[in-house]
Amino acid sequence: MLQVVLFFFIVVAGTGGELCISRAMKSIGEIHDFRPKSLVLFVARALRLPWTWAGILLMSLGFFSLVAILSFEEVTFVVPFSALSYVAGALGARALLGERITGHRWLGIVAVTLGVTLVWWSKR
Amino acid sequence: MYVTEHLHDSHRLRLKTIPFILLSVILAPLGNVLLGKGMKKVGSFKAVKITGLLPFAERTFSSPWLWLGIACLIAFFVVQMLLLTWADYSYVQPASALSYASVAILSYFLLGEVASPLRWTGIAVICLGVLIVGRTSPTSVGAA
Repeated sequence: MLQVVLFFFIVVAGTGGELCISRAMKSIGEIHDFRPKSLVLFVARALRLPWTWAGILLMSLGFFSLVAILSFEEVTFVVPFSALSYVAGALGARALLGERITGHRWLGIVAVTLGVTLVWWSKR
Repeated sequence: MYVTEHLHDSHRLRLKTIPFILLSVILAPLGNVLLGKGMKKVGSFKAVKITGLLPFAERTFSSPWLWLGIACLIAFFVVQMLLLTWADYSYVQPASALSYASVAILSYFLLGEVASPLRWTGIAVICLGVLIVGRTSPTSVGAA
């Protein structure tokens, strides 16, 4: 039961956090200048957006769940299992960011999910 | 004319995107493996009661392995943030799944974890999925 709760937070909160960050980054726009001063300004701009903070909060929840589960499960089990977030990510990106998911991408996402299932079976 | 420009743009984006993805493929698994190494030394979270949460957190955050892992994950996070300013989330996220192969390799060398053939098969299928996704254009928003 504890594993289920922790995996839920890793997948749902982790993915939700990444989607929030992506939304924040898209509203800033593409970065062309990689000088340190510009990068600091870029981070400062990002930190003024509520989406960035929502993302940080959700990703922190996902991170603490990951740390907790790593204390009693193998890394080669936990990390591949967390790839379930591909399903959540694909659906979330379409719903929240307006990204179009092509047939190719769907095929890739299905293969990744199948691989995750095999990794899960390898534990039994 | 428009088609040529679009193809050129797509090529330019891909040339820029691939090195960033490779970097994230090394940093994130290394971070996770180091977290795993630290947490195995801290002890199982399963046995922790509510009153034991604070001492557990204290033990966790005094582990140097954990901080090393966090440093790798922060570096990964920065690389990922930069990537997401030009590439789609649904392109970047599956592409970084190549990290499942490197996590198994790094776990073997740094933690001594041996993945079974079934687990390796699963990892190979994940990588196949990544290759399929990698053949699509990095951005789709605004495209026809």
